[in-house]
Amino acid sequence: MISAIIYFSIFLIVGIAIVAAVIGISKLLQTRKPTKAKLDPYECGMPNVTSDPRVQFKIHYYIFGLLLVIFDVEMLFIFPWAVTFRSLGLAAFIEMTVFIAILVLGLYYAWRKGVLKWV
Amino acid sequence: MLSSAQLIEFANNNGIPLWALNASIALVMAIVVFAICGLGVIVFVYMERKVSADFQLRWGPMHVGWHGTLQLIADALKLFSKEDVFPRNADPWVFRLAPIFMFLPAFISLMVMPIGPGIVIQDLNVGLLYILAITSISVAGIVMAGFGSYNKFAVIGSLRSAAQMVSYEVPRALSIIGVVMIAGSGKLSSIVGAQHIWYAILQPIGFVVFFVSSLAETNRAPFDLPETEAELVNGYYNEYSGMRFMFFLFAEYIALMSASALTVVLFLGGWHGPGPEFLGPIWFLVKLFAVIYVIMWIRWTLPRFRIDQVMDLGWKVLLPLALLNIFITGIIMLVI
Repeated sequence: MISAIIYFSIFLIVGIAIVAAVIGISKLLQTRKPTKAKLDPYECGMPNVTSDPRVQFKIHYYIFGLLLVIFDVEMLFIFPWAVTFRSLGLAAFIEMTVFIAILVLGLYYAWRKGVLKWV
Repeated sequence: MLSSAQLIEFANNNGIPLWALNASIALVMAIVVFAICGLGVIVFVYMERKVSADFQLRWGPMHVGWHGTLQLIADALKLFSKEDVFPRNADPWVFRLAPIFMFLPAFISLMVMPIGPGIVIQDLNVGLLYILAITSISVAGIVMAGFGSYNKFAVIGSLRSAAQMVSYEVPRALSIIGVVMIAGSGKLSSIVGAQHIWYAILQPIGFVVFFVSSLAETNRAPFDLPETEAELVNGYYNEYSGMRFMFFLFAEYIALMSASALTVVLFLGGWHGPGPEFLGPIWFLVKLFAVIYVIMWIRWTLPRFRIDQVMDLGWKVLLPLALLNIFITGIIMLVI
């Protein structure tokens, strides 16, 4: 367990260090000539006419985020059940069927309500 | 993975604490994995260009080195010396951190990949959950890149990408459950060890769902909506240039490698193959390249989906199929 944490953190540190080092080395090698036009946000070669790009986004993204939370948590509940499924037998299978059926019902409800429709 | 008894004895004799031993081995491993990643990316990009050329009856890169083999090294050197443009209104921290957030998850997820009998860096008990959890962090990198670069195309691309990756994560995670049920473990090496018949044969629905959602998770065609060249001009990374741009490309190909390796481990028998046991890593590599070839084949054969078709496929086809797969697997396991 401890060794897994050590490995994980070393990998994390090495990953960040390598990205930073490579970008740093490239900074030494490159020529930098920032001009006004070059620093403009890209807009198909046109002068920058549109306003702030950080606009409000559609509510649909939020709803799909909520659905993800529901079904990913469901997956977390199913995972330990799946690991020990062989030794649990029929009762556990019926329980899990009920659990999944409730969620399928929820999915069906969302579907009928038109939440899954991308407009 | 090394013969740890000898190493621990060596450490005890010389008064080295155990954590220092672990850390130094981990450091070496991390650098080796990074070197493999670099080599892998060069091979995959070359392969992609050659495969696409083959499909379109072209030659592909031919001039630098024998049949263009050195082309990618030349490209990398060129990108090294390219100017790193930093847009005027971009958010300094978010813009700079985004490539790291893209690159790290793909890199760290390779830590638990078993490539041969006993050849694995850290064999976690929850290896499968670990990979699912880590690879979903890259959504954050994409959203950071989009919002950090203060550009309309980047914002739209990143939001689309977030919606797509979030949607396909659910069927991807649920399609694995069938494999876990049969193997009775979340440890990747025991899943391969239990896999005397390929799980692609025992779990055909799970395999198809997993493969399709892996394509979507790694933003490969026909699901490459985040970077639609024609409408969004490469989507979330269109303000990036030079080395940062290269890290996005790098991250994409490492994620491809990681997803293909996971497909091989879970469904295609991992290191199993005819011949003696030490051929395991070679069989693994052969299967890995076969999967990557199929992914490239799909990319150059199918046209791109529309965003509503992508979401429909994820929620209305793949998710019910994945749940059905769990149900069928359960019934069959109870009957047998």
